[in-house]
Amino acid sequence: MMMQMALRRVWIGIATMFVVSVIVFIMTSILPGDVAQIVLGQSATPETLAVLRRELGLDQPAYVRYFMWLGDMATGDLGTSKAGGAAIADLIGGRFMNTMVLAGLVALISIPISIFLGLWAAMHPGTWLDRTVTFGTLSTISVPEFFIATLMVLILAVNLHWLPSTAMLRDNMTFLEFMRGMAMPIITLVIVVSAQMIRMTRAGILNVMSSPYIEMAILKGVPRGRIILRHAFFNAIGPIINVIALNLAYLVSGVVIVETIFAYPGLAKLMIDGVQTRDLPLVQACAMIFCGTYVILILIADIGSIVSNPRLRHPK
Amino acid sequence: MSDQQLEKLVEVKDLRISAYNDEKEEIQIVKGVTFDIYKGQVVALIGESGSGKTTISLASLSYTKPGLEFTGGEVLLNGEDVLTAPPDRQREIRGANVAYLAQSAAATFNPAITIGEQVTESAVLHGILTQEEATKRATELYHALELPNPDRIGIRYPHQVSGGQLQRLMAAMALCGKPDLMVLDEPTTALDVTTQIEVLKAFKKVIREENSAAIYVTHDLAVVAQIADHIVVLYGGEIMEQGSADQIINNPTHAYTRRLMDAVRPKPVAGLGTAVGEEHDREVPAVSVDNMTAGYGGIVNGEPAITILRDVSVDVKNAHVVGVIGESGCGKSTLARVMAGILPQARGTVKLEDQELEGSLNDRKLEELQKIQFVFQMADTALNPKQTISQILGRPLEFYHGLKGKEKHAKVTEILQMVELPPEFASRYPMELSGGQKQRINMARSLAANPEVLLCDEVTSALDSIVGANVIKLLTALRDKTGVSFVFISHDLSTVASFADEIVVLYAGRVVEQGPTDEVLEPPFHPYTRLLISSVPELRIGWLEDTMQKREMAVGIAKGVEITAVGCPFYNRCPMGIEGTCDQQSPPIRELEGGHQISCHLTIEDLKDAEKHTQQILHGYEKLEDASLKPHG
Amino acid sequence: MSESENQNGNQNEEVGQEVIEQLDKFDELPDAPPKRKLKLSWIGKISTAIVVFWVVIAAIGPFIAPFHEMDMDGDDSFLDAHSNEYGTFYLGTDYLGRDTFSRIIWGARMTIGISLASTILAYLIGITLGIAAAVKGGWVDMGISRVNDAILALPSIMLGLIAIAAFGSSIPILVIIAGIIYASSVFRIARALGLDIMVQDYVEAAKVRGEGLWWIIKSEVLPNAAMPLATDFGLRLVFVVLFISSLSFLGLGVQPPQADWGSMVRENLAGLTYNSWAAVWPAFAIATFTIAINLIVDDISAKSGGSLAKKMV
Repeated sequence: MMMQMALRRVWIGIATMFVVSVIVFIMTSILPGDVAQIVLGQSATPETLAVLRRELGLDQPAYVRYFMWLGDMATGDLGTSKAGGAAIADLIGGRFMNTMVLAGLVALISIPISIFLGLWAAMHPGTWLDRTVTFGTLSTISVPEFFIATLMVLILAVNLHWLPSTAMLRDNMTFLEFMRGMAMPIITLVIVVSAQMIRMTRAGILNVMSSPYIEMAILKGVPRGRIILRHAFFNAIGPIINVIALNLAYLVSGVVIVETIFAYPGLAKLMIDGVQTRDLPLVQACAMIFCGTYVILILIADIGSIVSNPRLRHPK
Repeated sequence: MSDQQLEKLVEVKDLRISAYNDEKEEIQIVKGVTFDIYKGQVVALIGESGSGKTTISLASLSYTKPGLEFTGGEVLLNGEDVLTAPPDRQREIRGANVAYLAQSAAATFNPAITIGEQVTESAVLHGILTQEEATKRATELYHALELPNPDRIGIRYPHQVSGGQLQRLMAAMALCGKPDLMVLDEPTTALDVTTQIEVLKAFKKVIREENSAAIYVTHDLAVVAQIADHIVVLYGGEIMEQGSADQIINNPTHAYTRRLMDAVRPKPVAGLGTAVGEEHDREVPAVSVDNMTAGYGGIVNGEPAITILRDVSVDVKNAHVVGVIGESGCGKSTLARVMAGILPQARGTVKLEDQELEGSLNDRKLEELQKIQFVFQMADTALNPKQTISQILGRPLEFYHGLKGKEKHAKVTEILQMVELPPEFASRYPMELSGGQKQRINMARSLAANPEVLLCDEVTSALDSIVGANVIKLLTALRDKTGVSFVFISHDLSTVASFADEIVVLYAGRVVEQGPTDEVLEPPFHPYTRLLISSVPELRIGWLEDTMQKREMAVGIAKGVEITAVGCPFYNRCPMGIEGTCDQQSPPIRELEGGHQISCHLTIEDLKDAEKHTQQILHGYEKLEDASLKPHG
Repeated sequence: MSESENQNGNQNEEVGQEVIEQLDKFDELPDAPPKRKLKLSWIGKISTAIVVFWVVIAAIGPFIAPFHEMDMDGDDSFLDAHSNEYGTFYLGTDYLGRDTFSRIIWGARMTIGISLASTILAYLIGITLGIAAAVKGGWVDMGISRVNDAILALPSIMLGLIAIAAFGSSIPILVIIAGIIYASSVFRIARALGLDIMVQDYVEAAKVRGEGLWWIIKSEVLPNAAMPLATDFGLRLVFVVLFISSLSFLGLGVQPPQADWGSMVRENLAGLTYNSWAAVWPAFAIATFTIAINLIVDDISAKSGGSLAKKMV
């Protein structure tokens, strides 16, 4: 039962990835019109256009081009960048690692903070503490990421001079230098991502808290801490796993802004550059990597909530 | 009663509890209530919704539902005021001194924690027992409560056991820490009658054995009569009358108590019904269902993936009331849904006045739809909250009969009068009406279509007894006035007995018995009908014991209903089942006079003199004991 | 029985007669209180005032702004508040010496205008398809839902980036992109609401009566979906404002020299090091607008929850 449902999710994940690739392909290779024209610009001669079209396989029907492209992607051949003709795989390599390091560190810090604060606020609803957390997180999710980043720069870099305003990464950095360099992007992202997670954790716990079995626990004289941790939390795990996964995925959009504002050499920065120069092959490759990560996170969340459901773990 | 010799356990003195609305205005919910509970005594709080009975009972745990506040009085437990107890002491009182049993066990058990941990949690947390002792005591309680697999049920999860079992497990949860007082809040209301009697029996037994005091909250006087020593009658947050069970049941002095007694469901016996005159009778039935099978999922060879009803044939005569009775899950609502065309049948036919109807309502003619009207069970959800009563009632008038403007308005007023509601209700929204009033509007909407047949799905089951009785009175009057035929679906045999001309008894999707009301309620009975009739509690002290004395009641407990394609569906609960026959072949339909039919392998003579079968009954009981020892799942 | 109980019984006998008279008139009280009017807390009222203020500014901004959005009349770039012969620069100047105050007023029209247009477009698409999927079910529902799932499986900023890479950036394209991207979440909500309402007994009752699909949608589904959808509109608008501003901030949204709150932050980011607040004011403008909307939505929707938690000891 549980395995079946989990497997079903995996299939849905694969199917989603497939549809995503179709959307990306249509948007970047079909809708814009003649890619060769875009690549070569207005000054191209008909002859060079024809040559490039043949090179890119544009004389083939769309579905053939799609499967060729999909095959290349799957085998790690991400194509060549328009700028300088470098292999995209080489461009992406190190930058992908940088982005993963940033996202990983943010996740490591924000998940425990969020669960702790979310639980804490849910345990003391209506108190000034809860109100502060609620208002603070609501304000944070209401403002753009770049607003938080701007504030951080203003306070931590410009006024207090504690941290550099850009994230300079060099080879052979000491750990301390590395951490100083990463601090601003990490702090900004942790604030942005945690706010959403705290809110949803709190809401998830409070939702469970209105169940009749919680009232029963109160009427059995179970103390507050045990009600939250043993009775409510276990039933809220499914939703909370979902929240975490969704918000790690939410990191994607945060990463785009933060990497730009702090000039962090990550994948998102590369993609923005690609969009600005309309380097479509590069954008395609970056988009597929981001979307793939997103789909995998959602998949993990789905399976997590299946596994945490006692009805599915202990069938009749 | 020798109350004076007993020690007082709880004294409730002038208890007052209020709610505050958005405007911070105080609304009194409990208006000064005083009563005592002695050790070992069961005190019943009885009243309808809004009487404050649950609120009062929770006060003994120093608890109010969210939004309510204690505003006066005291609740003394062994001389200590629980209302003013400090938080730590409050927590100790809850669970250690007073234990609570809620109405719906299915909702009050935590789905993520094993039953054993939940049962023992309170006793261990309050330091009354060690985990080991508590587990041992819990197992003893499972035995005492006659739960299947008592040694292993603790490691299971709540969703893995049945509703009736959960209700008894909750009693184990309450009793595990040996509390001074138990609060039982409508613990049997949500159960079927045959399950209710089992749970009642188990409760009564453990309360006696543990010599625990209890507050029993219910709206059902007949249930109270079986279990209470002392009865407190409440209305609108005030005590109307209190006294010993004997005095209240046999000699009520207060007008409200008498009114409550009047609304108690009478014992379903022959002669209760208000049979109609012959003048409406016609040869052709208003609606008839013939050899119909229905269910959900894809249909292969006339067999749905999940069969709910199998080979059902029912005729609804003109201007007659056909009562359809059965326990939850027996398919009685499905029968009405097939007639209305909501669920097309897989096999068989549905006819309206000899005209065969299409299965799906999408294919039926407007005129056919107008003639068969469906009244939904829950008026709360059946009325669009965004429409006024006038819009709700006006729509069928406009839709079927093309009425507009003044004409429509006049007709709406007329229909409101018909269901005994004032004309100014037309401008109100459903939210502004009471439960009973909403149910009247719900029926009025169907009547506005001017139907031939009204399908009523459990229309009284969500209502308080007095309100429900009034709705039945109204329905009776409407039938006499309009000549409409009714299909009246209910799980409550007494209501059906007092209203229906004919009764159809459904069990596990099959008709086990049908015929004129007076015939069905007289022997010979189908064994299931017999079980149903004897399970309806009577307003008589000692009824439970008497019924239990009849050995046959020990049979047919707690077994799940199995929907089978072969054999008699009732076989696994039947005290007279014949092995090799009943479980192998579908029972024949035995015809009696007056169109009375019983579907059973036993002959009419066998059934007529069921007492002869004591031996088989005992055999059946042993069979069941064996079954319950088998490992579960 | 004790004496006090007897007394009680007698007293109540008199009360009882009154009760019975009442009972004969109305046998029970209404389950729910009469219609509750929408009441906002003081936070909700202030928030409403802020939102109304910005919407009015967006409508009439260009007529009341002291400078045109492109006037480079300041004495220098990144100056604090000052006056010169052209007028007063209340919030100082930006990186080109333009009046920050006036540009915020002009930017309101751009940011709020584009966001509103996109959200309305998203609602038109989302509700139409969502209700159609819920009511029709079957293949219609399957088809739309699968495509929608795939769109939802892409982070919105990614879709935006891909689309802009493919089509370039202009105001109509921004509106269409944001409209389509956010239509997918509106679709999901409208479909869920629609499905929820379609299984209500009152809809079933209408079907049994033989009502047509259009009547059911018009009379049963839409009136009951209106309020939740209205609340969601506020939330969706906030998301769209953030989305548009983020794109502008990345230089991929509204293009200079037109004023837009997101691009104003980007242009003046360099000023932060000179202690100029030119980048902070537009960010602050976005924050007041979006926080205010969220606070109103919170005020309307989240009154419940946590009441049991308060009962824990």
